[in-house]
Amino acid sequence: MKRTILGILALSGLLLTLLPSTLVFAGVISAPVNKILMAVGMLLWFTMAPFWIKRAK
Amino acid sequence: MILDKLTARLESVQEYEKEPVPASRHKSWRSFLGMYAGEHTAGTEFVIGPLFVAHGASAGDLIFGLLIGNLLAVLSWAFLCAPIAVKERITLYYKLEKICGKHLTVVYNLVNALMFCFLAGSMIAVSATAVGIPFNIPMAELTDWLPSSLSWVLIVLVVGTVTTLIATLGYEQVSRFANIASPWMILVFLAAAIAVLPELGVNSIGDFWPVAESKIWTGVPLEGQSKFTFWHVMFFAWFCNMAMHIGMADLSIFRYAKSWKSGFTSAGGMYVGHYFAWLASGILYAVFLQNSQNSLEFAPGPIAYYAAGITGAACVIVAGWTTANPTIYRAGLAVQAILPNSKTWKVTLIVGLVTTTAACFPALVMRLLDFVALYGLLLMPMGAIIFIDFYFLPKLGLSSELAEKTGQKINWAAAGTWILTLAACLFINFSFGVEIFFLGLPGWFVAVALYIGLSFLFQPSKQLNPKLS
Repeated sequence: MKRTILGILALSGLLLTLLPSTLVFAGVISAPVNKILMAVGMLLWFTMAPFWIKRAK
Repeated sequence: MILDKLTARLESVQEYEKEPVPASRHKSWRSFLGMYAGEHTAGTEFVIGPLFVAHGASAGDLIFGLLIGNLLAVLSWAFLCAPIAVKERITLYYKLEKICGKHLTVVYNLVNALMFCFLAGSMIAVSATAVGIPFNIPMAELTDWLPSSLSWVLIVLVVGTVTTLIATLGYEQVSRFANIASPWMILVFLAAAIAVLPELGVNSIGDFWPVAESKIWTGVPLEGQSKFTFWHVMFFAWFCNMAMHIGMADLSIFRYAKSWKSGFTSAGGMYVGHYFAWLASGILYAVFLQNSQNSLEFAPGPIAYYAAGITGAACVIVAGWTTANPTIYRAGLAVQAILPNSKTWKVTLIVGLVTTTAACFPALVMRLLDFVALYGLLLMPMGAIIFIDFYFLPKLGLSSELAEKTGQKINWAAAGTWILTLAACLFINFSFGVEIFFLGLPGWFVAVALYIGLSFLFQPSKQLNPKLS
């Protein structure tokens, strides 16, 4: 259960890294908002992924 | 107490420098996929992609040149390097010692370690351009060779120290770090490029190709830069890692592989890092050129920061680390082959110091394409020697691994092959004006012919020397 939650959070980090840029391309959000969302994604990935990968092993 | 624990941890780092990797330590293809994708989506990608733009590669030449060149690189790893690695399961340096003798291997290792130091140095320099953003330090221009300020040198020293400390912890730590960072880095490259496309006038997918041809890869080089064609792009993509595949440096990596087919995992590095990342960083640079009216300033950190904010800057730093780490580690292995009784971590620490010093010079970044081509070319003849020694010498009635069998300190057939091949490449370069990017191909065939010919000349006949049989 804990592993699943860690996985969801880590993958959300990757999603927040890529998805907002496509929204900038589509004109839905601005570049500054994209940068904030990417930073949140980075934090999520690097704080969750090591524990998620460790548990997966 | 903490120091004792750290020392014990470092002492326990076991890398099988002088023995085949045992089956219990073999790794599946996934380990290599992560490592290659991470290593080749790296700090240098933030330099190489923009340099293609600066050298005036056209959009069509770049797209198709990279497609074919990267395919040739993957095939070189899979069919030349990996099969020998999994049959021998020893480091490149130990294999060379068996073929070439201890003294020649020492010379090779010194050249190799120096090249690795310079390569890792360029990556540390790239990371430093991102670390320097908050301090607003002046960045180098495309034409700069020497350090531009004291603040630049200080930042390089900090980045180099951290990178070296991570590398001293060995391959396991490097692989783990690269595995975690690589999927994120790849997405940052893609996201940064997608986010800036509207600034170039791309508002739908259909707009991309006309803009790519007219604003990104225009086919017109920047002031003072030579013109790149399809052939430059293809050969550069194939040979930029020539030392690793055709040059056999990655014997040291694939000796851990369960199967030679792991060689195909290099495609992860080539098509993600050397394709999409080069295209993405080229797009970022085109936006920088548009906004700066073709400024000659060249700093990947600020360029990525402009496109992706703090994430872009962090990506440049992490990308530099994930490539500099294994490169420093490889250089450490090269030096340790010269000093076999020294500890891996101590050697790596010294190598890191040399690397960090080299990183202070912007020339490493600005002339990266030429340096990478030279680096592959210098080490390529030894790869050809290993290939012929492993597959063909026994079939020709000659002895492979001659130095080990005869106790020679220098295998003169190998030494002659190395020197004469490089001399032949120099001759082709000067006499026919063939650029350094193309010399690897004729050079490999010259090396093969020379090693076979010189082996016939220098090997004592089996009848005269029963020790050989």
